[in-house]
Amino acid sequence: MSTDDQPMSTIDRLLSRSLRGQLAVTGGAIILALVVGAVLMILTSPIITGSLDPWLWAEAYLALVQGALLSSNGLIDTFVRATPYILAGLSVGLGFKAGLFNIGAQGQFLMGALGSVAAGIALADAPSIIAIPLALLAGVAAGAAYGFIPGWLKAFTGAHEVVVTIMLNYVAFQIVSWAVSEPLRARGATFARTTSVGEAGIPVLAGTTGHELHAGVLIALAAVPIVWWILYRSTIGFEIRTVGANPDAARYAGMRPRMIIVLTMTAAGLLAGLAGAVEILGVQDYLPASYATSVGFDAITVALLGRANPWGILFGGLLLGALRAGAPLMQIKAGVPVQMIDILQGVILFFLAADLIVRWVFRLRETRGGSVDELKTVTSSYGGSTATRG
Amino acid sequence: MDVLFDIPVAGLFFQLVDYLIVVLTTNGAIILALAAPIALGSYCGLMNERSGVVNIGIEGMMIAAAFAGWFAASLVVQAFPEQPKADFAFGATPALLIGLLAAVVTGMAVSAIHAWLSITVRADQIISGTIINIVALGVTGYLIIIISSSAPPSAGKFTTFVPPQWLTDLPLVGWIFDMFLNQGPITMSVLLLAVVLQVLLFRSRWGLRTRAVGEHPRAAETVGVDVIRLRYRNVILGGIFAGLAGAWFTLDFGTNFQSGMTGGRGFIALAALIFGRWTPLGSFGAALLFAAAGSLSIAIRTVPPTGQLGEILTAIPDQFWSALPYLVTIIVLAGVVGRSVAPAAVGKPYERESAS
Repeated sequence: MSTDDQPMSTIDRLLSRSLRGQLAVTGGAIILALVVGAVLMILTSPIITGSLDPWLWAEAYLALVQGALLSSNGLIDTFVRATPYILAGLSVGLGFKAGLFNIGAQGQFLMGALGSVAAGIALADAPSIIAIPLALLAGVAAGAAYGFIPGWLKAFTGAHEVVVTIMLNYVAFQIVSWAVSEPLRARGATFARTTSVGEAGIPVLAGTTGHELHAGVLIALAAVPIVWWILYRSTIGFEIRTVGANPDAARYAGMRPRMIIVLTMTAAGLLAGLAGAVEILGVQDYLPASYATSVGFDAITVALLGRANPWGILFGGLLLGALRAGAPLMQIKAGVPVQMIDILQGVILFFLAADLIVRWVFRLRETRGGSVDELKTVTSSYGGSTATRG
Repeated sequence: MDVLFDIPVAGLFFQLVDYLIVVLTTNGAIILALAAPIALGSYCGLMNERSGVVNIGIEGMMIAAAFAGWFAASLVVQAFPEQPKADFAFGATPALLIGLLAAVVTGMAVSAIHAWLSITVRADQIISGTIINIVALGVTGYLIIIISSSAPPSAGKFTTFVPPQWLTDLPLVGWIFDMFLNQGPITMSVLLLAVVLQVLLFRSRWGLRTRAVGEHPRAAETVGVDVIRLRYRNVILGGIFAGLAGAWFTLDFGTNFQSGMTGGRGFIALAALIFGRWTPLGSFGAALLFAAAGSLSIAIRTVPPTGQLGEILTAIPDQFWSALPYLVTIIVLAGVVGRSVAPAAVGKPYERESAS
C-alpha cells in the first residue's frame, strides 16, 4: 500500500518509507537465511540421520522455536542470552552512528568481565548492596578504558579503529589469560579460573536452577531507551550522528570530531564492558582463563540487524538470544549441531549486505535506507593514512 | 665472551644476543614453518589491498580451505585406500594433490564471493570480510561435527625435503640451509613466492596497474585500465594464497582438521601485512618475526638462559609474547616507529563514471 497520496510532509514520508524498506529487507534477509539453512540441513541429512530426510529442517526449526519460546525456561534463556547481545550490540551500533566500526566489542567485553571479577572477588564478603554496584562499575570502567585506546589512536594518530580493535581483542584475551592464571587464580581449582564473585553476584528474579532470570536483564532493557535518548534527543547524540554522517560538515558547524570520536569509542567500550560485567556477575559467577565467548563478534550481527538503531538492536539481540537459547534442543531433537546458528547468523548478514538479492526475490522497490548505507564511510581511511583533522 | 657478559647492564644485552642466536639458529626450521600460514595469508591480503579492497576475511578463507583440502583428500583415500606415493616430490600422493587443489580452489571461490560483495554490490568491505569469517567458521564447524562421527581417514601429509647432511653441517650458514630446505612443499614455497610477488608488484606491468588501481583508480581508468576487472582478478588470485595457507594446516604441517584450528592466524597475517608496509618481502619478514617471538617464548620455558638474564626472561609471562605481534602492529599503525601507510583507495568501492 502506498502512502504517497496521504497528506504527509516530505520528511515524514521519507522516514516511514525508509523504515518500511528497512524492515522489509531485514525480514527478507532472515527468511532467505532460514531457507539456506533448510537447504543445508536437507543436503547433510544423509550424514545426520542416515537417509535423505526432506523434512529435517522442519523438525529442527520447530525444536528451535520450542526451546526458545514455548516454555517459561526457554523464554528465560532467551532473555538471559539476549542480555549481553543487546548491551554489546548497542556498543557496536553506537560506533556505527559516529562512522566508526567497533570490532573491539569482544575485547571490551573481556576487559569488562575481568574488571568486574577482580572487584567482585575483592568484595566477595561485602554486603551485596555495595559489592554489586562497585563490581559493575569496575567492569564498566575497564571496558571504557579499553574503548578509549582505539578512540584516542584514531583521533590523534589516524590508526584505523578496525585494525586496532582486532589487535586489541587478541591482547585482551592474553591479558585475561594472564590475570586469571597468575594473580586471580583460585587455589585448588582443577583448571585456571578465579574464585566466585560471591556477594557481588547479581540477584536472580525468577526461574529454576540452570534457567535463572537475573536482574541484569533489566539493565540491558533500560540501556536501550537511554542510548536512544542520548542519540536522538541530546546535543551530544546530535553531534555523534553529524560526525558519522559528515565529519567536515560537523567541523564547519563548530563541533570537534576528534573529541566525538574519543567519546564515542569510550562510550562503546563502556557498553561492551557492561555486557561483560553483567554476564560474569549474573550468569558465570567466575572467570576462566580461556573464556570461550563470541558475544563481541555476535554483537556486530546484532547491530547490523538493528541497523544501528537502539530499538532495532533490542530486536536483533532478542532474535539472536532466542536462536542461541533454542539451539541445544534443536541439537538434541533433530541432531542438527548448534553451529547451525553461526551459519544462519552469517547468512543473514550476507543477505543484509547483498540486499539486491533480497529485493529481487521479494520484488521490493529500491528505497532509501534499505541497504546498510549508514556504513558507507566506515572503511575509508583504513590503515591509518590520514589523521582526522579538527 | 665471558668478559663481555660480565659487564654490568650492557653484559645483559650481550647475553641476550647470545641466547637469541642460539635459539633462532637451532629453531630456524620450525620458525619458518610456523611463519608460513601467516606469510601466505598476508600475500592474500596484499593482493586485495594493493588493488584497493580491504580483506579482513583471510581467517575465514584459510579455515574454509583447510577443511576443503583435508576433506577432499580424505574422500579420495576412502575411495582408493591404496595410494601410490612418489618418493621424490615430498611424498605426494594423488589424494594429497587433489586435497591441495581443493584447498586452492576453495580459497579462490570464497575470495570470489568477497570480490562480488565488495566490488559489484559495493557492500562495506569490512562487513563482507566479517561475513566470510562467520560463515566459514560456522559451516566448517557444522560439517566437522556431523562428519567426524563416521571417523573419516586422514590422507596423511606431504613429507619434508631432507637436505644433504654436508650442507646443513656447514659452519655458520648450515642452519640457514636447514631452515629453508628441511621443509614441506608449502612452507618451502613461501620465500620464493615473496620474491616473485615483490618483483611482479614493483617491476611488471601488472604490478604497476595494480598499484595504480589501489592508489588512484580514477586515474588508472582514465589511462585505460579496467579497474573492476583488475580488482576482481587480483582478489580471486589472492585466494590462491589463502588456499595454500589453509592447506598448510591439514596437508603440510598437520594431518587432521579441527574446528577453529586457524586460531586467529588470518588476523596475524593482517598484522604482518601492515607491519611489512604492504610489501611481499616486508610481510614475509614480519611473519618470520612474529613466528620467532612465539618460538622464543617456548624456548624460554623449555631451555631458559642461565643467570640474571634467565631470571628476567622467565619472569615475563607467556601471554606477553603471544600478545606481542598485536601490540607491535598497533604501535606501527599509530606511527610511533615509522608510519605504515595503506594504499590510498583501499576500502573505497569504485563506481565508473557514467557515459552520459
